Amino acid sequence: MIRIPLDQQLLDSCAALMLLLSFAMLSQRRSVSLVNLYAIQGAVLAAATLLLAWRTGQGHLYFSAALTLVLKALLLPWLLHRLVRRLEVYWDTESHLNVSGTMLVGLIIVVFSFGLAQPITELASTSTRSAIGIALSVVLLAFLMMITRRKAMSQVVGFLSMENGVLFGAMSATYGMPMVVELGVALDVLVAVLVLGVFFFQIREQFDSLDLHHLEALREERR
Amino acid sequence: MRPGDWLTQLLEIVAALAAAPLFLGWVNRCRAWMQNRRSASLWLPYRNLRKLLRKETVIAHNASPLFRAAPYIVFATMTLAAGIIPSMVTGLPLVVSADAIALVGLFATARMFMSLAAMDIGTAFGTLGGRREMMVGFLAEPALLMVILVASLLSASTALPAITEHLATQALGLSPSLAFTAVAFTMVLLAENARIPVDNPATHLELTMIHEAMLLEYSARHLALMEWASALKLFNYACIGFALFVPWGVATGHVGPVALAVAIAALVAKLLLAGGGLAVIETVSAKLRVMRAPEFLATAYLFAVLGLLVHVLLGAS
Repeated sequence: MIRIPLDQQLLDSCAALMLLLSFAMLSQRRSVSLVNLYAIQGAVLAAATLLLAWRTGQGHLYFSAALTLVLKALLLPWLLHRLVRRLEVYWDTESHLNVSGTMLVGLIIVVFSFGLAQPITELASTSTRSAIGIALSVVLLAFLMMITRRKAMSQVVGFLSMENGVLFGAMSATYGMPMVVELGVALDVLVAVLVLGVFFFQIREQFDSLDLHHLEALREERR
Repeated sequence: MRPGDWLTQLLEIVAALAAAPLFLGWVNRCRAWMQNRRSASLWLPYRNLRKLLRKETVIAHNASPLFRAAPYIVFATMTLAAGIIPSMVTGLPLVVSADAIALVGLFATARMFMSLAAMDIGTAFGTLGGRREMMVGFLAEPALLMVILVASLLSASTALPAITEHLATQALGLSPSLAFTAVAFTMVLLAENARIPVDNPATHLELTMIHEAMLLEYSARHLALMEWASALKLFNYACIGFALFVPWGVATGHVGPVALAVAIAALVAKLLLAGGGLAVIETVSAKLRVMRAPEFLATAYLFAVLGLLVHVLLGAS
């Protein structure tokens, strides 16, 4: 019986938790809970980064972990919560597919991305390479969430969750991106949320709802 | 196979038969405590059974032989299942003779006869209960099989004693796939045993019940057997859970009196904890509408499949 070291076990558990949280977000209908789940996913990502930093002794990963924790587990959820309160969008009732159907599609996506990640996994030399498949499925599940939801709020959370997946993938494939890139991405995400927040107000002013369905039928005469 | 093993096997079955109502009483007592009520006696299920066994049996005029036979069949299948599950000792004759998939089949047999008997008289409630039971059952079964599949993958065998022995001797560690499947199994247990998120065991409010609706036409000794069988089912599911997820303390290989005593003590401790846990789950959750039950079971299936996928992916490194 080969004993797996404890930090490896913890990292594996973090990867499994990321996947589980993606599915939880996919099935969650309430905006407030959705934002909370996103905050938890950010915290798990920060914990995974911290573990990896401690394990590989790479200094920049500590910064990355701190950045993730502050930005994705605290600041962005706070901003999103404020948006939810101001816009009073507590529910996202209608989605294009029912929950069980979305879950089944999600499972197929996970199997697909495992297959897709197999060649990358074989090429990578890091000890966390087995998590690449999970990172890829987090990205694709966030995609699925953006496709199946109608309300702008859930789509934004899906977009942010996708960014989590990308970061997790970079971490498990190459022990993180260079610091400059990471800072740039973090700034991008922050600005995106701020801009989208303004956007929400504009959309609601125009259509009295956050349903992006209305955006598909823009016509000249309706001004 | 030594003659002593058969004796131990007999002891295991008798212990299961005797302890099942007590376990039910314990769960009810924990629930009462959680809800700040004074609890009924732990022995209430036994008194109920004794009362029912002494009463005169009344059967509907248009009942077929199936209706009379069903309680005995259900009770016998549950007793046999209690013999197959390695709750105390793994090397027993019945335990090694059937694997986990046969066990799921046994449960399906019991469910089928119960539903058929419920539809036999032709009353609306019996039919409704039988149909709902089949709906829950056919959604719960794949989840249960998937849970067993994950455990089988981990230990390379579908036989419950082999799984138990493998997991009990394995190095202690975090296993995300086992954690996911444990959640899935708990959900299946709640659904299959008519516990609260899916069905309320304490209600006779006709429109929401599933399990009780099937037993409406039964009386006296038939009802006693049915209730005993459902207590035994809960006990069996708990023991499957212990065999898969907390196998420590089970006596393996050559069994002496000391190992047996340790196994019994471990089983009692696990049952006490499981009863408390079940009461907590039932207190904090509200009953789902019947139409929400498929969603609940789909989530259980999802957890089981996630456990499988995580095992396949992370185990590859």
